[in-house]
Amino acid sequence: MPLTNTLLTQFHMPQTNTQKPESALTVTGLTCIRDDRTLFKGLGFSLQPGQALQIEGPNGSGKTTILRILCGLTLPTEGEVLWNNLPIEENRTDYMAAMDFIGHAHGIKKELTPLENLQVAMAMANTHAAQSIEGVLEQVGLRGFEDVPAITLSAGQCRRVALGRLLLSKSLLWILDEPFTALDVQGQAQIESMLVNHVEQGGMVILTSHHPLALKDGMLKTINLRP
Amino acid sequence: MSEASLFNAFYTVLKRDLTLAYRTRTEMVNPMLFFIIVISLFPLAVSPDPKVLQSLAPGVIWVAALLATLLSLDSMFRSDFDDGALEQMLLSVHPVSVIVLGKVLAHWMVTGIPLLILSPLLAVLLHMPSDSIPALMTTLALGGPILSLVGAIGVALTVGLRRGGVLLSLLILPLYIPVLIFAANAVSNAAAGLAIAGQLYFLGALLALALTLAPVATAAALRISLR
Repeated sequence: MPLTNTLLTQFHMPQTNTQKPESALTVTGLTCIRDDRTLFKGLGFSLQPGQALQIEGPNGSGKTTILRILCGLTLPTEGEVLWNNLPIEENRTDYMAAMDFIGHAHGIKKELTPLENLQVAMAMANTHAAQSIEGVLEQVGLRGFEDVPAITLSAGQCRRVALGRLLLSKSLLWILDEPFTALDVQGQAQIESMLVNHVEQGGMVILTSHHPLALKDGMLKTINLRP
Repeated sequence: MSEASLFNAFYTVLKRDLTLAYRTRTEMVNPMLFFIIVISLFPLAVSPDPKVLQSLAPGVIWVAALLATLLSLDSMFRSDFDDGALEQMLLSVHPVSVIVLGKVLAHWMVTGIPLLILSPLLAVLLHMPSDSIPALMTTLALGGPILSLVGAIGVALTVGLRRGGVLLSLLILPLYIPVLIFAANAVSNAAAGLAIAGQLYFLGALLALALTLAPVATAAALRISLR
């Protein structure tokens, strides 16, 4: 039995998570300087299971940069990102198994079908989903589009495929860069309920968006970046 | 992490890249056509005299193979970089070097093997003695994967640059020199009826070295490029 699987099931049970407060993301003293311009300085927060973090700010204020730092793709000028009290570089396998990132470029290959795209994503994440890929595609409203190349899909439909990846994986932490872009009103509502559901079931969500999330007090944190 | 899931990731990446190559097969033909055209220019430009062509043949075929590979290298990570699929690969639970190895193997199967298959035909065109054709194919079989593996490091370093083409050639061509020397020398010796075991051992050693070190170096280079 793969080690990561046991870890994943652990992460997915909110009861165990609340008993173990260390299953959390902690950020301390995060500073990012780009081309002599300070994007943010001394940023710190911590996120527990069952909490969402919304990062707001005008264009160019460093929202995407924060998300990339939280994923470990970009290195901060100063500061540390800790997962379960360990720096994410030292804890890479655990962190990658517990985290899912959908960036502005969502990584859907135009030449592959939605089904093939999600199959690749599953092999990368090493998950064995509770539901079938076809089921997930139906859930994100792409029934009947399983076997057409993604190049024939609209931008919104491609984004739905990417968001379908979240339903397939059993990740605890979702890091999403503007997840509502290109989606229609119904799609936005659907994704929002997906996010709220995930948080209420003990998951964690970090997103950049101006879209207000319907979460109870104490479940939603907000960071506002001012240039 | 179990070995089965690691192999599954490797196999999925290989299958994915081969599917992508098949669906964009017009791009795949370009290096092959380049290889054929460059070689068929020599009898026109230098001399149609069989003696002259015979002495030039090993070098000409190898230089053409090297340039054809260089031409095809950029596509290895370019589209994945543009659409965000590369980020997802770096955020996979699996070691990035294993994913890279799958991509390099796919690249070699798509560009290296066609060159290998075409080479006897072009050897006949340049009046190479038939005894030296097996030697030519052996050197291409051993040297081709080295070209893809070493090339991957260069592409990974330059993928973030807008116009990395010339820089890529400057980075990679010097590293190709040992392969070129041993391979072309082996084919010339075979044509002269001399032993070629020594050169083949060197090529084998270089292949072993590239196979073990290049994926790790490529993975590190990709991390730097995506920062």
